[in-house]
Amino acid sequence: MDFFQDATPGGYALAILLLPLAGFLWNACTYRSEFTRKHGHMVPLATIGAALFCAIVIFKHSVFDAEPAGEHGAAAHAAASHEPAAHEDAAAEGHEGAGAPGSLADPRWRWSSKDHGDYYRIIDTGPLRIDAGITIDHLTATMLLVVTIVAFLVHLYSSSYMHGDPRFSRFFAFLQLFSFSMLGLILTDNLLLLFCFWELVGVCSYFLIGFWFEKDEPPKASMKAFMTNRFGDVGFLIGILLVFRLFGTLDLATLYAKLQAVAEGSASIPPLFGWEAGTLLTVAGLCLFMGPMAKSAQVPMHVWLPDAMAGPTPVSALIHAATMVAAGVYMVGRIYFFFTPAVLGFIAVIGTITALVAATIGLVHDNIKKVLAYSTCSQLGYMMLSLGVGGYSAGLFHLYTHAFFKACLFLGAGSVIHSVHTEDMREMGGLKSKMPVTYKTMLLATLALAGIPGLSGAFSKEMIVEHALMWGWSHGAAAMLPALIAIGGGGLTFFYMMRLIYLTFYGTPRDHHKFDHAHESPAPMTIPLIVLAFLSVFSVGWPIPFLGGKKLPELLAPPPALASIATGHAPHEGHGGFLLAFAVLLVSIGVLVVAYRFYQRTYKQRAPGPEAWVARLRPLHTTVRRLYYVDEIYEATIVRFAGAAARVLAVVDQKGIDAVVNGVGAVTQVLAKAGAAFDRVVVDGLVNVWATVSQGLGGKLRRLQTGNLQDYLAFAVGGMALVTLFFLFLA
Amino acid sequence: MDHTAGCVFLGAAMFVLGVFTMVTRRNAIYVLMGAELILNAAALNFVAFARHLGNRLDGQMFAIFIVILAAAEAAVALGIVLQIHHHFPTIDVSKADRLGD
Repeated sequence: MDFFQDATPGGYALAILLLPLAGFLWNACTYRSEFTRKHGHMVPLATIGAALFCAIVIFKHSVFDAEPAGEHGAAAHAAASHEPAAHEDAAAEGHEGAGAPGSLADPRWRWSSKDHGDYYRIIDTGPLRIDAGITIDHLTATMLLVVTIVAFLVHLYSSSYMHGDPRFSRFFAFLQLFSFSMLGLILTDNLLLLFCFWELVGVCSYFLIGFWFEKDEPPKASMKAFMTNRFGDVGFLIGILLVFRLFGTLDLATLYAKLQAVAEGSASIPPLFGWEAGTLLTVAGLCLFMGPMAKSAQVPMHVWLPDAMAGPTPVSALIHAATMVAAGVYMVGRIYFFFTPAVLGFIAVIGTITALVAATIGLVHDNIKKVLAYSTCSQLGYMMLSLGVGGYSAGLFHLYTHAFFKACLFLGAGSVIHSVHTEDMREMGGLKSKMPVTYKTMLLATLALAGIPGLSGAFSKEMIVEHALMWGWSHGAAAMLPALIAIGGGGLTFFYMMRLIYLTFYGTPRDHHKFDHAHESPAPMTIPLIVLAFLSVFSVGWPIPFLGGKKLPELLAPPPALASIATGHAPHEGHGGFLLAFAVLLVSIGVLVVAYRFYQRTYKQRAPGPEAWVARLRPLHTTVRRLYYVDEIYEATIVRFAGAAARVLAVVDQKGIDAVVNGVGAVTQVLAKAGAAFDRVVVDGLVNVWATVSQGLGGKLRRLQTGNLQDYLAFAVGGMALVTLFFLFLA
Repeated sequence: MDHTAGCVFLGAAMFVLGVFTMVTRRNAIYVLMGAELILNAAALNFVAFARHLGNRLDGQMFAIFIVILAAAEAAVALGIVLQIHHHFPTIDVSKADRLGD
């Protein structure tokens, strides 16, 4: 691109970051004006559209036009080492070994504003120095593109979906604030700012889940989401502090360089709390993973995501399906080099459990958005599983493909809800003819999600299964479980998604009143659906025409896993065969047939279908239906414990702290009274004595002031006579 | 022939008479006349001592100043007396005692 000759990607990146912020400020400042109240979507649409354009430019520059990674990276690093001002010593050390063959230097293309001396020093307290800079690599650029595309489409969709809402412009202000935070989270290059933006997306999520705060459920759901995320963020923050304690930096590039030095043996990590370096890295990694675990709704902390569906549907699509919940996966990808094999194993286990548990819950739910929420949960589990087993690019590409088809599904669900005014799938049915666009787009997205070959989801899912199998192969029999669950979970995914499509669009309408009022949504809602359906099919996996036939996954190489090298183990990057795709396809088709017959029989021929099975598996069904009693368990343990602790603390507060405060108050009162008495008796007494004396004396002396001129003269003459006599006879 | 002693006695008598007049008379005009007596007593003393101490002129200069001063004082004081008469319809100085306690 020509204009990159004089303009750096940094300018575009900054524009991407600041445009939504400007849109937020505009809507926040002019919310009283007639224009913003009526057309609150205009400015946000413009800013996010401009951000989308900038993201496309950056993507084209960094992914399409970038030189082969090795040389460019080395050149950039070499150029960087000539600018010691922008670097700390360790970073410069790290760059020296960049060109050497077989070194641990990150060979991927990377542009950092710090290499050009562009950064903003936020904190400088000697040992702790935080410089805000922008890093763009393939991961960032792709993520930027995905987020801006989905955000733009959701903005467009919301302009119709939220039309007539009394807080229309506020909704867009929050969407803009969220876009700003999310893009900042992607662009930032150090852990502290990452954490700040992390919290910002969390608070935007809180605002938007509780957007309809007049209702009963949303405020509770937003509180639950917020509290659950705080729980994970505490771990994240402890992890950040540990990283700072161990490496003295929070800058990711410097951290990489320092870890690289450790891996090469030219530096070492001193033991802390009596733990060796490997243990320390594992503990820090586990702490850091707490954040993504909550944010990406992984199993022990997944409870907030389904409840978060109480928010408006576009929010569910943008925040709770495509971007924010994927931020956890992105963050794991961003600091992937830091995780030791133990942490990666933990991530894989958590991801596997999440993928399975959420998929089973998705099977039995009747609320269309909650099924999608559990599906999201399950797919996030897939991504974590993939990252955990070493499928770095597979996990991240699943993130991208999932963002498109899940956003499409959510927006489609929103379109259906908008049309029939219910979220309960039991009251839908037969909508295929009434809403053809919604139906077709949702079907395409479903097929992509289910992994039908040729659609984007299939490519990423196949890669995940492949990596899981490779990992299982090299780690023994028990380690095959993630791979098996990944394949079986794919079947479950297909099953519950087909159930959703069947219940919504096929069969006979079960609520005729609602069916009669159903209609296709207006263009601003269907256009995003069509675009997203298109992207669900083609976004990943297909050779990009103007890229010389290269596929997108090939451009996203995993970083060398430094922490793993430091601790003497290497994670496996799989090189599986094509057979897997066949296996996955087979499972999918099998499930398709089963699901079709299952529901066809029920809804067309009125044969004993799901109900019979439900009756047969009553305890299991109830357990799953009640979400494995996780909420109840939390209620019985954590919530009750917190409540009890709060009550105990309240008593301590009242009996202990209040008593001390009151005691101090009483003592102060007594002292004050003594002081007042002293003041009254002694100080006031002295003053009064003086006053009385002066008054008495004055009362006597004022008699002299007769006002009579001749008296004064007589006094003067008499006085003069006295003075004269004094000088004559006494002096 | 030295008349110094006589002059001083005369001056003293005039002074005492002036003071006595000022203190005792109620009429403001008489009070002013007393003041004139005192001033002239002072002037007489200046002249007498100037002559006694070597026939110098400075005492006589002072006497002339005092005459001028007396004229000015009379003008101002008569004005004040007029104002007193304007405020209190009397020129009895013992009645004009508003500055008193």
